[in-house]
Amino acid sequence: MSIIEIKTLTKTFGKIQAVRGIDLNIGKGEIFGLLGPNGAGKTTTIGMLCTIIRPTSGSATLAGFDIVKNPAEVRRQVGIVFQDPTLDTVLTGHENLELHARLYGVPAALREKRITEMLELVDLQGRSKDITRTYSGGMRRRLELARGLLHKPAVLFLDEPTLGLDPQTRARTWDYIKKMAQKEQTTVVLTTHYMEEAQLVCDRVGIIDHGQIMALDAPDNLKESMGGDLVVIRAKEPPLQKIQTLPYVKDVKLNDGAVEITMKDAHLHLPELLSIIPHVECVETRVPTLNDVFIKLTGRDIREDSPEDSGSWVDSVARYRQRGK
Amino acid sequence: MSDNRLQKELMGIYALWWREFKVFQREKSRIVSSIVQPLMWLFLFGSGVGASVNISDINYRDYIYPGILTMSVLFGSVFFGLYIVWDRKLDVLKAVLVAPVSRLSIFMGKVLGGCTDVTLQILILFIFSFLFPSINPRGIPLALLFLLITSIALVSLGLSIGSLLESLEGFQVISAFVVFPLFFLSGALFPVDNKLPLWLQSLVKLNPLTYAVDGVRGALLNVNSFPFYVDFGVIIFFAVIMFLSGSVLFSRMK
Repeated sequence: MSIIEIKTLTKTFGKIQAVRGIDLNIGKGEIFGLLGPNGAGKTTTIGMLCTIIRPTSGSATLAGFDIVKNPAEVRRQVGIVFQDPTLDTVLTGHENLELHARLYGVPAALREKRITEMLELVDLQGRSKDITRTYSGGMRRRLELARGLLHKPAVLFLDEPTLGLDPQTRARTWDYIKKMAQKEQTTVVLTTHYMEEAQLVCDRVGIIDHGQIMALDAPDNLKESMGGDLVVIRAKEPPLQKIQTLPYVKDVKLNDGAVEITMKDAHLHLPELLSIIPHVECVETRVPTLNDVFIKLTGRDIREDSPEDSGSWVDSVARYRQRGK
Repeated sequence: MSDNRLQKELMGIYALWWREFKVFQREKSRIVSSIVQPLMWLFLFGSGVGASVNISDINYRDYIYPGILTMSVLFGSVFFGLYIVWDRKLDVLKAVLVAPVSRLSIFMGKVLGGCTDVTLQILILFIFSFLFPSINPRGIPLALLFLLITSIALVSLGLSIGSLLESLEGFQVISAFVVFPLFFLSGALFPVDNKLPLWLQSLVKLNPLTYAVDGVRGALLNVNSFPFYVDFGVIIFFAVIMFLSGSVLFSRMK
């Protein structure tokens, strides 16, 4: 069952076509990742689905509500965590959630229970009475996740949820996202340019470039579309014929004295493969990553376009202040 | 609009008011300076000039008390409204603007929040009214009503300008070309009569704040340049126009 149905959605800003006809269905309970470089149209797509940006053409429904005809209902059904922090830094953690609960019409009788639940989920109970200005970057992100899920939205949108966090905090943040999505049974739609992280978290990903979806599948399938894992073996007398007949081997080539084997699931089948080859000298395996998929599709590395440092100097000062220490 | 929808909008208005009130409580230095500044006008400036000047047989310091109250409302309200430029820069408003609450409700919540801040400041200033012998305490409720309506108009004005400004540099410009002229041309510090040069007289009469000052002065000192219904009519009209244009500009804000 699809919770989001997108039909040839486009958005044009002046002469720039930010999104050029996206068709996409996202299933209920799915963790879906939109991957692509800065300016690919990820944030614009999410903006349209959250009714912040009006589409130029095309249509989409979210939880059955049309994003153009019924934006008020759509807004009630979504939780959003923006790329840049949007906490009210004058208020405490608890007060931020209280404000949000009122804005989203969470009934007074449920409010306190919900706030406590969400604070526990992100391990912030102990700091809930502190002004959020004193929070670390990771804590602020967690509070924003809690805020996004407070009103039990059908879909939680996360725009670059780990941007600006150190690697350790990034990993922890993904753990929280997975845990919360499961516990709250929410559909999650996220954007990120950290491919390695996306493949660990997402059930399915869409690779987007220049406003179009280039590929759409489970991360494992996309990687498989690269032809499988590559194993390079140097051995004295490699039994090429025998290797060829193994069911999981797709291709065998002899290249400069080394055997190059393209195969499925190298991590599972390598022991068996090695057992039939006498006198193995050395083995090297290479598993394709989503980044390889991206390079194959677009001809360039996603990390060439850094999503940092966009906007004016004043923006970055404001962002810096907001993030604090 | 169904009852449920209306109830949710009201809850949204309350939420924004509640937020502003929390901020007000936390920014103690702002409250103190908003009280100290008018008191300096009254006791340092007013006493100094009052030593040799009486107007309509009232000591100058007492005479400007209603004008200084209006000045507090002017500064407090306009700068409260302008503060949304900062909120927008820090993305504090972003999460609020995507909530399922109409822009009008967000605007109303902000206006209510600003009026509450300003009203509390004015109430504190009223406590000092016993130091001004000519002030009639029975006129305080009517004066407060005038100031409250003026505050609605001026918070809306501040929010309107704030929703148009892109950067904080605009603050100085607004201060120099909007706030100070409104203050000096309001008759807060001098009587509006035929002794004024004609050009000044015309400018003062065009300034809606003049009628707020006159109304408050009438209530507290029983001295008027205009009839009561003119003061009240102009202020109400000013508030309605500012509120409407503010809500339109606010709903168009990005």
